[in-house]
Formats: sequence, C-alpha cells, structure tokens
Amino acid sequence: MTKQQAISVTTPMTQDLPKEKFDELETFIDQMETTKGALIEILHKAQNLFGYLPRDVQLFVARKLGIPGAEVYGVVSFYSYFTTKPRGKYTISCCMGTACFVRGADKIIERLKEILGIESNEITEDGLFTLIDVRCIGACGLAPIVKVDEKVYGRVKEEELEDIINTYRLLEGKK
Amino acid sequence: MEGIRTHILVCGGTGCMASESEKVIKNLGLILKAREYKEEVKIVQTGCFGFCEQGPIVKIEPDDVFYVRVSPKDAKDIIDEHVIKGRIVERLLYKEPSNENTINKQEDIPFYKKQLRIALRNCGLINPEDIYEYIALGGYEALGKALTEMTKDAVLDEVKKSGLRGRGGGGFPTGLKWEITKKQESDVKFIICNADEGDPGAFMDRSILEGDPHAVLEAMAIGAYVIGADKGIIYIRAEYPLAIERLNIALKQARDVGLLGKNIFGTNFNFDIDIKFGAGAFVCGEETALINSCEGKRGEPNYKPPYPAEKGYWGHPTCVNNVETFANITAIINRGAQWFASIGTEKSKGTKVFALAGKINNVGLVEVPMGITLREIIYDIGGGIQGGRKFKALQTGGPSGGVLTEDNLDTKIDYDSLIEIGSMMGSGGMIVMDEKDNMVNIAKFYLEFTMDESCGRCTPCRIGTKRMYEILNKITSKKGTMADLDALKQLCYMIKDSSLCGLGQTAPNPVISTMKHFWHEYLAFIKDVDHPQGEGKYVPKNKIGIKS
Ligand SMILES: Cc1cc2nc3c(=O)[nH]c(=O)nc-3n(C[C@H](O)[C@H](O)[C@H](O)COP(=O)(O)O)c2cc1C
Ligand code: FES
Repeated sequence: MTKQQAISVTTPMTQDLPKEKFDELETFIDQMETTKGALIEILHKAQNLFGYLPRDVQLFVARKLGIPGAEVYGVVSFYSYFTTKPRGKYTISCCMGTACFVRGADKIIERLKEILGIESNEITEDGLFTLIDVRCIGACGLAPIVKVDEKVYGRVKEEELEDIINTYRLLEGKK
Repeated sequence: MEGIRTHILVCGGTGCMASESEKVIKNLGLILKAREYKEEVKIVQTGCFGFCEQGPIVKIEPDDVFYVRVSPKDAKDIIDEHVIKGRIVERLLYKEPSNENTINKQEDIPFYKKQLRIALRNCGLINPEDIYEYIALGGYEALGKALTEMTKDAVLDEVKKSGLRGRGGGGFPTGLKWEITKKQESDVKFIICNADEGDPGAFMDRSILEGDPHAVLEAMAIGAYVIGADKGIIYIRAEYPLAIERLNIALKQARDVGLLGKNIFGTNFNFDIDIKFGAGAFVCGEETALINSCEGKRGEPNYKPPYPAEKGYWGHPTCVNNVETFANITAIINRGAQWFASIGTEKSKGTKVFALAGKINNVGLVEVPMGITLREIIYDIGGGIQGGRKFKALQTGGPSGGVLTEDNLDTKIDYDSLIEIGSMMGSGGMIVMDEKDNMVNIAKFYLEFTMDESCGRCTPCRIGTKRMYEILNKITSKKGTMADLDALKQLCYMIKDSSLCGLGQTAPNPVISTMKHFWHEYLAFIKDVDHPQGEGKYVPKNKIGIKS
C-alpha cells in the first residue's frame, strides 16, 4: 500500500453531494480499528449514505485510505451491488432468480420496462423509479417476486403491475 | 415463564415476512392484550418452517395444531376461538389437495412426513433472537463438552467418523479439511463460514441463519478449537438483511453471556467472530475468491494449490465451510458420530437440505436423508407438479449443475449418484420444470447467469461463455445452423477443460446436459420454424448484474 496522502478532502466537486455525508463517512473510517481489508465495508457504508457511489465519493475513499483511485474503482465495478448511478426515489427490484424465471419473471420484467419506459438499471425521467433486476431475494415460494424498496409483492401477475406502480405515483401526486 | 400455558409460534422467515407474518404477530399481540391473556399466552417469532408455499405459518403449542396461509385478519379467530375457547379454526388447517381432507398436526402433513431434520432442527421451533431458547434445547452443550471433556483430536475423530461431507457443493469430507488445517504450523489461523449462497433460487443457508444462528456460531467455535483458530469470519451476502440482523443479535448475545470472547467455559480457549459482507458476485462463493473479497479486494479466485487450508486469509491457514455443514456439527458432537453415520448412504452420510422451487406444488425448504429418491421428493414431499401438468425436468446444482429427467426419478440421491447421472448435489437448489418449459431457454438462462458472473480473470470463461451465449441466442432466434450446434458443443468441452476455477469449469453443464436429454428441442429451433417455445420464452435483457 502507498502511504496515506496529506490531502484532506476538501470541497466536493459535484454540488449536490452534501458535505455532512462526507463528514459522516470520514468519521466512520476514522473510527475503524484498522482499514486493512476494509474497503468493501467502507463502500457499503458510503453507498448507504449517498445512495450510490459517484466518482467523487470513490476518490474520497481512495485518498482517505491512501490507495489509488483505480483500486477503488476496480472493486466498485467488480461487485454488482455497488452502483455508480443515482437511484430513483423508489427502487423496483424484479427477481430474475431461477425460481422466479421458471414462473414467468421474464414477462414481468418486460412489462415493467414497458410501463416505466426504461431499461434495467435506468431511472425514470421524473426521478421516481429505478428498475433493477436482482437474483433471488429468497422468497422463492412466492415467485415471481417484485420488490418496491423493502415491500415485497409475491405471486405478481402482469396485469397487477400497473396498479402497483400507480400507487407510488399517486403517493407522489404524479398521476 | 411458569404461567405460560400456550405458545403461538409464527414464522418469521423472509418468505412468510413477505406475506405479512409481522402483521399477523402484531394483531395476535393486540388481541391477546385486549382479552387480557398476555400472561398465559406467549407469541414466538420463529425461523422458517420450510413450507413457504403455505405461508404465513402459525403453530399452536402444546396443542400441536398447524395453521397455514394465515392472514392478519385471522388473528382474531385464532385467539378467540382456538386459544380462548379451545376450538380449532378449521378453515386455516392444511387441506390435502387430492381429497380436501384437513390435517391438524405438522407431522401428519405429507410435506413433512418423509423429512428428517438435523440441520433445520430448531428452525420453526425457537425464537432465533433469544439465546436462552437455544440453550434450553441443548444449545452450547456440544461446545462445552468439546472444550471441557474432549481433546482436539477426540472432537476431530468424531467429525471424521461421522462421514460428514461439505454441504457447499464440493462434498469434501469435513473432518479431513479440519485435520489438514489443524496440522499446519502457524500461530494465526482462521475459520470462515461461507454464507454467500450464490445459486439463484436456493435459500437453505439463509433459512438456517435466520432460524437458528447460534447453531452456526457454536459449530464455528468447535471447529476453531479443533484447528487452533481464535478468529472466525462469516461471509454473507448483503442481499440477506434479515439473516444479517439475526446474526448480529446472536453474536451480541453470545458475547454477553461469555460464549464468545475470552476463556470460554473457563478454559483457555478464546474465540470471536466478525461478519463480512458480500456485494453481489456469484464467484465470491468460491473459497479463494471469498477470501480475496474478505480482504477487501476484487473477488477473483486464485489457482489452487495452495489451498486455503495452507494459505488462506492474509496468507494464514484458513478453514472454509458452508453454513449447512456447520449446522450439522453440534448434532454430531451431542449425539455421536455413530448415530449420524447410520443415516444416509454408504458414502454420503446424514441429510441434505434442498430448496424446492419452480413448477412444484409445495415450494419450500426440505431436509431429507441422503438416499431418498427424487420421486419421493417431488411427488410425496413436493406434492407433484403445479396445475396437474406433467413433470419434465429437474435442475440440481444451480448454474453449475445439470438437468435430470423422468428416467432419473428413482435414483437414490447422494453426492456420487447425482454426478453419475450427469448433475451434481450442488448447494441444494432444486428447480422443477414442467412440460411447458423449453429446455434450450432454460440452458440459456443459466448461461447468461454464468456469463454475467464470470469474473473475467481467465479467458476461456470470460470469452468462452460469451461466445456460447451468442450462439445460443442465434439458435433461439431460429437463425442457427447445424454447424452452430457443433461449435457450441466444442466450446462446452473447451471451457470445461481450461477454466481457472469451478465457475468456468462447470458453466457449460446446463448446456451439455440439456443437449444430452433434450437434443430434439435444440433441433426444433434449427429446422422447425413454427416450433412452440412454451413458457420461459427468452427475452433479451439488459446486462443483468453487470454495471455500465
Ligand atoms: C463458482 C463457485 C461458487 C460457489 N458458491 C458457494 C456458495 O455460494 N456457498 C458455499 O458454501 N460454497 C460455495 N462454493 C464452494 C466453496 O468453494 C467451498 O468449497 C465451500 O464453501 C467449502 O465448504 P464445505 O466443505 O463445507 O462445503 C462455490 C464454489 C464455486 C466454484
Ligand atoms: S428466485 Fe426469485 S425469490 Fe428466489
């Protein structure tokens, strides 16, 4: 490992990344017993705080740990749990695990894409929804599964999807 | 607790929680309070009962009555009718699909009849968030016995004699792995619990951790004592928030009562456990990749040897075992190797937990003795195929395994017999397909998975799976030729023989085995333009699991 650089991270480059969150991340890192081997844990924390891992956050972590930015990016890009794009207000996860697949998850995700007008890993224009495909959330008994944030919809049918999404649109007064 | 006359057990596994079991608990609690029965009746949130298809499950003890598909509004009748007046709520009982007969008792339900629960013994029985319930059922006795009455060699001997083999997929004898790690000369050693459970559609390990976390902690401590480690790690998927929460609670409780930490049971044995999170990469289930990921790096596998037992976490000897493997350990120490070895087949002892899913009536978690036939699992336990359709195939071993057909239904399953018939035990996923599924599409589904999950370290796996996928795509869009089928076959064997780790070496298996058993379905895409594709029709997706 290279030596920790003397740059303390100052003002973030992108405006909408709040300084308090960087402070919180810094405190989290400072309080660790050792940062040896802790990169993934730190990135989990950072994604929790910011919702995603933009370039500035990755660089912040790199400087803080005294490692090359490329190493951080290498880890971020390896794991599908980490995302470098902002998320919509609601994350719609469509399970594409085997149990859900054989019970028609492929049709469910196609219909979701149609209703939302986006592909997987994209965010709707109004910023409300991100659609992601996940692999087995472990409720295979209820396959096929769609999750909106933490709320699970089991045994979903294509016809029900529009209503499900509309409940969230209504909540936001966008319908 | 003497005043408690009735326990209401409510399933708190991920599956049942998804169908509102928490609201059931809340309502039960409110009504109990309103009726002023709180002193006599206790509600216990347990781990998974396994019968996820019929969830949420509620069981009343000591009456031994098993209610299925309980909704929050049924809480009133359960309390007013059953608990207060002693009248069973008929409409919530399990009904046999064949004759509509209702069944009161859990053990009389066909789903449970042929099961034998060792690894899942406490799931659905105790509150996983209360260490004292675990202790009340003999928990931590095995650790106490090992530390205070048995030498390391005696414990090792017991595990070796039991014949226990790794439940993570490979089936390597657990005792032997412990022995190899024990023999390494080093002051620092580690024991790791592999809770990555990458096979999509499988949820055995998650259910154990959610339902009986202490069984795993206790077994890790026993393993650590044998091999000479004082530090353990549980590597768990970040996608399992409930299991993580319950583990954290269990760790804290174990530390508070001194069952983890320094001088356990008054001996000079010290041991503690850390949790590390995965971040969505299938290959991290492979032990060397897992160790790299624990070190905070990209989860790429290494060449073996050296094996982790020689050179693992930060270069120290490390023993990696699967969750279910650990879940068997305390039973072996408590009840003896001989008892364990009396269950199962000649070379595969004990039981195996399977996650039964797909087009089957009783989706859920089952634990069966090795040597049971697939027919018994699918028809007796699983209740047959949904909608009365015809059975077509069964995939075991997930993306690394193969399909089994009607002809294999009477095979007595164990590690070796499954390999003989062209699949593998794997970690325990069992996906049932019916006559409407097209097997080429299923093979393509699995291949897309391995292609996305290939870590990219070695070329045959990274590029080979991609080429295979392209050919399969060409075939399923009916543009393929016989030459493509040939090329596909060749690629299969090339990738199998030259990949670095188990992921690549097994990636072609679904294609190889579907080609073997369902060659006509491949041909149909080539020749017959009007061939109906059935369900599971493939729709191209945007980069599952890869990020842009
Ligand atoms: C691609 C790949 C994925 C694997 N995934 C898992 C997994 O999810 N869980 C697991 O316990 N073992 C998994 N394994 C097996 C582990 O490498 C290792 O053999 C196992 O954890 C050892 O524990 P056991 O001896 O108790 O089975 C995987 C292996 C490969 C090649
Ligand atoms: S495959 Fe979808 S929840 Fe398991």
